[in-house]
Amino acid sequence: MDFGRISRRHLLQGSAALTLGTALGTRSAFAADTTIGFIYVGSRDDYGYNQAHAQGAAALKKMPGLKVVEEEKVPETDAVEKTMESMINLDGATLLFPTSFGYYNPHMIKMANKFPKLRFEHCGGLWTDKDPKNAGSYFGYIDEAQYISGIVAGYSTKSGKLGFVAAKPIPQVLRNINAFTLGARLANPKVTTQAIFTGDWSMPVKEAEATNSLIDQGVDVLTCHVDGPKTMVENAARRGAMVCGYHVNQAPLAPKAYLTGAEWNWEALYPKFVKMLAAGESIPNFYRGGLKEEIVKVSPYGEAVSAEARKHADDIKAQLTAGTYTIFKGPIMDNKGKTVIAAGTDRGQKDPELEKMDYLVEGVIGATS
Amino acid sequence: MTSGVGDPAEAVAISPAADPGFLQRHGGTIEYILIPGAALAAALGVFGIFVALFGKSPLDLYFYMYQGAFGTWFSWQNTLTRAAPLILTALCTALPAQLGMVIIGGEGALLIGALAATSAALLMQSAPPFVVQLAMACAGMAGGGLWIMLSGGLRQYRGVNETISSLLLVYIALAILNHLVEGAMRDPASLNKPSTREIGAANMIGSIPGTDVHWGLVFGVIAAVASYILIYHTVFGFAARVAGGNIRAARIVGLGVGKLILTICFLAGASAGLAGMVEVAAVQGRTNANLAAGYGFTGILVAFLARQNPLAIIPVAILLGGISASGGLLQRRLGLPDASVQVLQGIIFVAVLASDALYGRIGFLKGKA
Repeated sequence: MDFGRISRRHLLQGSAALTLGTALGTRSAFAADTTIGFIYVGSRDDYGYNQAHAQGAAALKKMPGLKVVEEEKVPETDAVEKTMESMINLDGATLLFPTSFGYYNPHMIKMANKFPKLRFEHCGGLWTDKDPKNAGSYFGYIDEAQYISGIVAGYSTKSGKLGFVAAKPIPQVLRNINAFTLGARLANPKVTTQAIFTGDWSMPVKEAEATNSLIDQGVDVLTCHVDGPKTMVENAARRGAMVCGYHVNQAPLAPKAYLTGAEWNWEALYPKFVKMLAAGESIPNFYRGGLKEEIVKVSPYGEAVSAEARKHADDIKAQLTAGTYTIFKGPIMDNKGKTVIAAGTDRGQKDPELEKMDYLVEGVIGATS
Repeated sequence: MTSGVGDPAEAVAISPAADPGFLQRHGGTIEYILIPGAALAAALGVFGIFVALFGKSPLDLYFYMYQGAFGTWFSWQNTLTRAAPLILTALCTALPAQLGMVIIGGEGALLIGALAATSAALLMQSAPPFVVQLAMACAGMAGGGLWIMLSGGLRQYRGVNETISSLLLVYIALAILNHLVEGAMRDPASLNKPSTREIGAANMIGSIPGTDVHWGLVFGVIAAVASYILIYHTVFGFAARVAGGNIRAARIVGLGVGKLILTICFLAGASAGLAGMVEVAAVQGRTNANLAAGYGFTGILVAFLARQNPLAIIPVAILLGGISASGGLLQRRLGLPDASVQVLQGIIFVAVLASDALYGRIGFLKGKA
């Protein structure tokens, strides 16, 4: 190990944190002039997953005394371990945000064990007691925002057919498709959602094909869960269909066709994290939240959204924000006719059963395998 | 831009060669060092201009490239870690090239090798770690070897172009991997990132003592040296080169061309398969889509830059490992996008290919004729 590359300030921070840490359990190194490293799996201007994080990083850049270093297109291999080490050794980073799901285990865990005085915050991972205390995972219940999108889509569709371009049939994606469909059926119980899985997170050609084939089948409102919604949004708008966005606000790509969208609110969360550290508090290792906790948000409504849709959507949004509304409330049937959530059972946002979702609800046309 | 004449590096390189006899004896070898070296220098020069057009200082560029790739012990380890898989995947292209075959499917062999190695480890969980590791290596090499042998066989017995078939086999390998990882071999606990079960910490092969660099580097160097000996210092290798020079002549003198093709293709695939095994046993600990990180494709670049010489693959892989290691620093310090590293790789590739035209044309090295 080349500790000669670590600056004196960094060492001082480290030892200060060690002293604090021994007194108060786990406390991260933090001082006013801190370097924070952000690592993205794709390009940071992808109008999608990575851009959402880059917007969060941009919010940190505006805070005084913080230096943000960023690296994009880092694969989920040992390359990300080396990127983290390089940010630590060459840039003096003390707080790291490796933002892609596949960075968590084994890569970020390995680095958190190797640098016990530094803080690692991961998006999407499931931190457990076995993982290092200086590591944490955060994520948002973005299905709440998808539910609102669904309501707006349900009012806006003329054909009653919605389309969902999805990456893989994994729990997070299924939960979004289901929430979107439940929202839409709240507005109009006859609505169906046709889901197409492209098989991977970034498949622009397949996403465009899926978009076109959905529109050919009469779908007139589309949304998606892929890393970069740009392909779907632009193609759908060109074909005259309406869209609900995902990850970030894609209204600039299709100002007329954009109804609303489910967005991450990292620009609110990251400054909150930094303020917590600066105040000497520790970030909970397992951090989750939805609309109420301001981890996700809904895009401003587009021109095409009717007053009725706005009113209904705003009403549900207010209830979700107040924490008094449950999306996955029994009875809920899957699209094969089986009851997946029994009558009388409420599965609230934090219910671990929802993290294992492997079904599509009634009204979704498609199969998980 | 690729003319080596008048390059300062050249003047340094030829200074010990004042004795014309020396030139006669070693002119060929000097050419092989001088011309690619000059091409590399020219490529760096062009890249410097490219960067200057974006308003960044080329001197900063060269400094950060040096610092990020070779400037510190950490940077060296970063470079070597990235070079390790490239040596093995480059052999997958360089070995068949001796027979005049262009195999570009190393990525597929790597994936199949990784799958085979993971399967071996999961099937023999109770065996001692050394036995498991050996079985993983054998399974990985056999899997990768058979995969490329398939391309060789199609060429020999069915007249299918091996370049096309090996490339298409990459996509088949990826589909098989995704199918198994998301189906039969899936660890039910891997909810949002479908993966196989872990091979177990005890079965991991770890790093070379005193470094962070995994054993793949040592395997790669051994494989490259063994390949060099095989090709240039054995009867088998001589036969392969004869067949590569003129396949008809080889048949007329009674060489078993079919057997040569299948054996060489097997060895080539086995190298890439071993790279896959190392990725599992030293880095990821299991198989999932992360393994398709493009090492197989970068390996093609390495093999061509090394002019298909197994020994030259080692320094070229380290060079490309260094370029990719320094890429992060270029992003962070100069604010260059990730694509700039690809631009540099592209310029180097074109410069080295174009410099092929110079062999045998540099006057003062012609003494040997």
